[in-house]
Amino acid sequence: MTALITTDLVLLDLDADDRAEVTRRLAERLAAAGRVTDLDGFLADVRAREEQMPTGLPGGIGIPHARSAHVAVPTLGFARVPKGVDWGAEDGPATLVFLIAAPEGGGSEHLTILAALARRLIHASFRDALLGAPDEQSVVDVVTREVSP
Amino acid sequence: MRIVAVTSCPTGIAHTYMAAEALEQAARAAGHEIQVETQGAAGANPLDPAVIAAADAVIFGVDVEVRDRQRFEGKPTVQVGVKKAISDAAGVVEQAVAAARDDAARPAFATSPVPGPTAPGSPALASKVTSDAGVGTRVRQWLMTGVSYMIPFVAAGGILIALSFMLAQVVAGKQGAIDVTKVPLATVATNFDALDGMHWAALLFQVGAASFAFLVPALAGFIAFAIADRPGIVPGFVGGALSVAIGAGFLGGIAAGFVGGFVALWLARRQVPKGVRGVMPVVVIPLVATFATGLVMLIVLGRPLKAVSDGLSDWLAGMSGTNAVVLGVVLGLMMAFDMGGPVNKVAYTFATTGLAAAGTATDAPQLKIMAAVMAAGMTPPLGLALATRLRPGLFTEPERENGNAAWLLGASFITEGAIPFAAADPLRVIPSLMAGSGITGGLVMAFGSTLRAPHGGIWVTPLIGGVVPYLLSVVVGTAVTAAAVILLKQLGRRSDQAPAEGRLATV
Repeated sequence: MTALITTDLVLLDLDADDRAEVTRRLAERLAAAGRVTDLDGFLADVRAREEQMPTGLPGGIGIPHARSAHVAVPTLGFARVPKGVDWGAEDGPATLVFLIAAPEGGGSEHLTILAALARRLIHASFRDALLGAPDEQSVVDVVTREVSP
Repeated sequence: MRIVAVTSCPTGIAHTYMAAEALEQAARAAGHEIQVETQGAAGANPLDPAVIAAADAVIFGVDVEVRDRQRFEGKPTVQVGVKKAISDAAGVVEQAVAAARDDAARPAFATSPVPGPTAPGSPALASKVTSDAGVGTRVRQWLMTGVSYMIPFVAAGGILIALSFMLAQVVAGKQGAIDVTKVPLATVATNFDALDGMHWAALLFQVGAASFAFLVPALAGFIAFAIADRPGIVPGFVGGALSVAIGAGFLGGIAAGFVGGFVALWLARRQVPKGVRGVMPVVVIPLVATFATGLVMLIVLGRPLKAVSDGLSDWLAGMSGTNAVVLGVVLGLMMAFDMGGPVNKVAYTFATTGLAAAGTATDAPQLKIMAAVMAAGMTPPLGLALATRLRPGLFTEPERENGNAAWLLGASFITEGAIPFAAADPLRVIPSLMAGSGITGGLVMAFGSTLRAPHGGIWVTPLIGGVVPYLLSVVVGTAVTAAAVILLKQLGRRSDQAPAEGRLATV
C-alpha cells in the first residue's frame, strides 16, 4: 500500500497568511505527487467542508480534510506554520496543519488508517514530536510509527 | 460508571475518530469504563446491545444524526457537537456522569422519557421500534411510527378544510361549503382577492387538501422507515402515493409501507462489492425498492382492486329496490370500512351519482341515500374523539391529541380523522367504526332525512331535510362506535404486553 505521507508532502517553516494559502500550498504538493488529480476541484471540496465548520482545534492544530473524487490515494500532508494562522479554534491560531485527503469511494482499510491518524492527533505526545521534528524525514517517521496499520 | 458514546461528523474521516479518542482518554482518566461507536466512513463498529443495556450514561458527540438512535432510548443522555467532544472531553464526560446521577436519583418509572438535552445537531427522526420485541408488538410499533408522523397531516389538513367550510358558510350562506370546493387551485393562485371571504375559504380548502394528499404517503413512508430505517422512506412514500392514485386508500398505504420497508431492508442486508457499497443507500436501494414497491402497487393490486370496486358498484346498484334501511346499513358499513379506500369510494360515489340524478326533487330516495352516507361518514372520527375523552388511558399520546382534532373533523364529514386510529389498531378500530356507521346509516334511512350536498358535515345543515332525526342518528352512531372501541380495546388489552404499550406512549 502507498505510504500515507512522504517527505515531499511535508512543509516545515511554512510562511503563509491564512487558511486558504496553507491549504493550497499543501494541496499543490499532493497534486505534484499525483495523489490529487484535480487541484482546484480538491480545494473546493476542502473549502466546502471548512465552511460547514472550521476544523481548527485546541492545541494549535488545523485539520482541513475532505473525501473527494479528485483524490487518488489516501494522503496526509503536513505543514508547520511557526507564526500561526487562524483556523477558527477558540484558543488561538494553528501552528500544525494536517491536510487529510481521502478518496470518495475509498476502501475501508485506507479509511482505517486515516481513522488511526485522527485518533493520534488528540495526543499531546504526537503533536510535540511533530513540533520538535528536525526535518521532513523525522515527520514521516513519527507519522509512520504512530499510525501503523 | 459505565458510559457508551457515539461520535460522528459530516465527512466521517477525522473528527469522528478524534472525538472517540478524546472521550476514551477523558473517561478512563476519570476512572470510568467507556465504549465508543464511531459512525464514520471507515465502516461501523456497532456497540453490543448488552453493553448499551448495561451503560449508566450515553454521550453523543455528533454533528450529523445518530444512526439507530432508538437503541439508546431511555438512557440518561448528553448530546454535544463533535468539536466540543474533542476540545472538552473531560467536561462532557462529567456532564454524562451528572446526568446518570440525576437519573438514578429519580424513581425508576420516570426514567424512560429522557431526550438528549441541548442538542446542537439536527434532531433525528425517531421510530418507535424496539428490536427485541415480538412480531405482533413490532408490527404495531411499525404501524404506530407511521401513524404518529401521519397525524400532523391529518390534523392540519382536516382543520384547514373544516375552517374553509365554516368560513364559506358564514360568507356565502347555505351553498357556501359546496361552492368553495369548486374553486380551482389556479384561480386561488392567480386571482386571490384578500377582501373576499370566499377567496380565503378557497385558499384554506386548497391548502388543507394539499396536506391531505400527504396523509397516505406519510403513513406508508414512515411505516417503511420504521422497518428499514432511512432507505425505506422513498419506497414507502412513493408506494403510498400510488395507493392514493389507484384508490387503494390507507389500507393500500399500509401495504405499500410494508412492501417498501421489507424490500429496502432486504436490499440493505445484501453483501455487495465494495465499489457499489457507497452508492447503495442513496441510489441503489431507493431505486430498486421504489420500483419493486410501485410494481406491486400498480400491477399486483391494481386489477383486483378495480374488480372489487366494479363488483361492489354493481351489487349496490342492484340493491336499489330493496329495503331502504338495509341499504342504509350496508352503505354505513362500507363508509367506515376503509375510509377513503375502494369500498368507501364505491359507497360515496353511489350516493353522489344519485345526487346528480335526483335533480330538483325534494324527496327523492337518492337524497336520503346521500344523507345516510354523510352521517355514516361523520361518526367514525366523532366516535373515536368521544372514546379518547371517555377512556384516555386506552389510547397513546398522539392518538389522544388526534382525538381532539377529530371532533371538528367528524363534524365536518372529514372521515379521514379516524384513519390514524384505524391504521394503528385496525382489527379493533375498524369493526367499531363499522358498527356505529352501519347503525347511523340505517337510522337515517329509517327516519327519511334528506341531503342535497355531497359534503360539508354540520356546515351544510341548512341543506339537510329532517335535521333533528339526522343529528340524532349521528349521535347514536357516535355513541355506538365509542362504546365498541372501548370494549374491544379493553378486551385486547389483557392479552397484550403492557410494557410495550407504555413504551409507545412515552416516545
